[in-house]
Amino acid sequence: MRMRVRGDGALGRAAKEAKSRAAAWAAGLGALTAAGAASAQDATLSAGDTAWMLVATALVLLMTLPGLALFYAGMVRAKNVLSVLMQCFAICGVITVLWVVYGYSLAFDTTGMVEGEVNLASFIGGFAKAFLNGVTRDALVLAIPESLFVTFQMTFAIITPALIVGAFAERMRFAALLVFSVLWFTFAYLPIAHMTWAGPGGLFWDWGVLDFAGGTVVHINAGIAGLVAAIMIGKRKGWPTTAMAPHHLGYTLIGAALLWVGWFGFNAGSAVAANGGAAMAMLVTQIAAATAALGWIAAEWITHGKPSVLGIASGAIAGLVAITPAAGTAGPMGALAIGAIAGVVCFFAATKLKRTFGYDDSLDVFGVHGVGGIIGALLTGVFAAAEFGGAGLAEGVTIGQQVGKQALAVGVTVVWSAVITVIALKLAGLFGGLRATAEEEQEGLDLALHGESGYNL
Amino acid sequence: MKMVTAIIKPFKLDDVREALSEVGVTGITATEVKGFGRQKGHTELYRGAEYVVDFLPKIKLEVAVTNDQVDRVVEAIANAANSGKIGDGKIFVYDLERVMRIRTGELDGDAL
Repeated sequence: MRMRVRGDGALGRAAKEAKSRAAAWAAGLGALTAAGAASAQDATLSAGDTAWMLVATALVLLMTLPGLALFYAGMVRAKNVLSVLMQCFAICGVITVLWVVYGYSLAFDTTGMVEGEVNLASFIGGFAKAFLNGVTRDALVLAIPESLFVTFQMTFAIITPALIVGAFAERMRFAALLVFSVLWFTFAYLPIAHMTWAGPGGLFWDWGVLDFAGGTVVHINAGIAGLVAAIMIGKRKGWPTTAMAPHHLGYTLIGAALLWVGWFGFNAGSAVAANGGAAMAMLVTQIAAATAALGWIAAEWITHGKPSVLGIASGAIAGLVAITPAAGTAGPMGALAIGAIAGVVCFFAATKLKRTFGYDDSLDVFGVHGVGGIIGALLTGVFAAAEFGGAGLAEGVTIGQQVGKQALAVGVTVVWSAVITVIALKLAGLFGGLRATAEEEQEGLDLALHGESGYNL
Repeated sequence: MKMVTAIIKPFKLDDVREALSEVGVTGITATEVKGFGRQKGHTELYRGAEYVVDFLPKIKLEVAVTNDQVDRVVEAIANAANSGKIGDGKIFVYDLERVMRIRTGELDGDAL
């Protein structure tokens, strides 16, 4: 269902496969919706696909716990190390519950969706699958159990709000974070996921937007939320004049490494099958991560004189972010280009942009995920083209037109995410404020909000 | 008696210890310290954020010696700790009034 190569008479084998997958996905979901627990008549379970997706699902959860948690924990000061670990862990708990109650349904219920028609169901699913209604042992999506599809998608829903944590690290109240995460997940993540991935009749799906594994849904969405939240919540006390050096870059490197490995589940798993599309997604993921890591430290070496550990880790993540929407359509040469461009551009976004504009996006959620996501979304339109070794665009669609569609989806996501973030923060602030007090911030959130110290040496 | 205190670069500690053994010094106290002199600190860069670190790690050595040893000791430290680069450190010499070995109660020259 994430094979977003669409269209009639699609070019190339991958594209044909994609088309059939999309059709099968729509038929499968339709049958499920209509017949409740009954499995789709023509769908049969593939043991190979199921085995791979079980692994991929575990890999994507590994990205958040402990990957992202460690990536962030190493970048904060020692007095706040537990607070970011706690936030990532807590978000995992909260989103899991919400996903079961209504999240999966609002994202993937297809009731009322009509291909080519824009209605409410183009933006958000219904409640037909609330409390995982109909997700039985026998229910299938494509050739895998629906219970597995639910879990796979759940891990994406978990990592997205967890990414935002980096923008307001070291100053957000824990209670406010929980309220914000619930609201933002409900009104920003679920609709964008639905528009992109729920199938024919979804807004972005019908526009022909290519987003294989979540460039718009996950990274731009979270990146913009991070930027808005960093501005609204305000700078950390003392930023940027006080030294706020990362306290343990070893953690950060371990976290980045876990993210890198987990990303194979994220991107290659988004094929929802064990096939050539999944394998190519894995290959391009590896290539883009490597070239972006090299691009970042090259830029850093030239401008600052030394290549850094934080730089190479950040670069790898920037490349992984950028290849995410393109993983199903770009070829290896496209991945080289996407990675190199993302590594260099994100370096400048993270090192120059926030200082120029004076917002304290503590761990560069916008600089890496927002900027990397936008670069990736736009370049997906370029490198999907057969001329650049991609899987091929839909018939009659030029590169310019595809980039236009991509830009439109980026624009809608940016505005949607920004508006929802502002509202969600306003509401979250009603319950005792968004920020820890100046004294708590000085003491460190670990002790002030959680009653523990990260290090008792 | 004299107390010789030297601030040296950490990586020179082993060289200085050997040089002092060769001139007959039998006891040294070494402490990890931080400070700055003409070398000043250094800067660290994290995603473009520059932090100035004023205090650099050094080793402080304390060596109690007899009056006739002092010149040789100072010379030994100076030679062994010299890398020719800024930040090699300094040597201070003070008068030492009394010394007692705790185990035996020996005093002054006998206690060194």
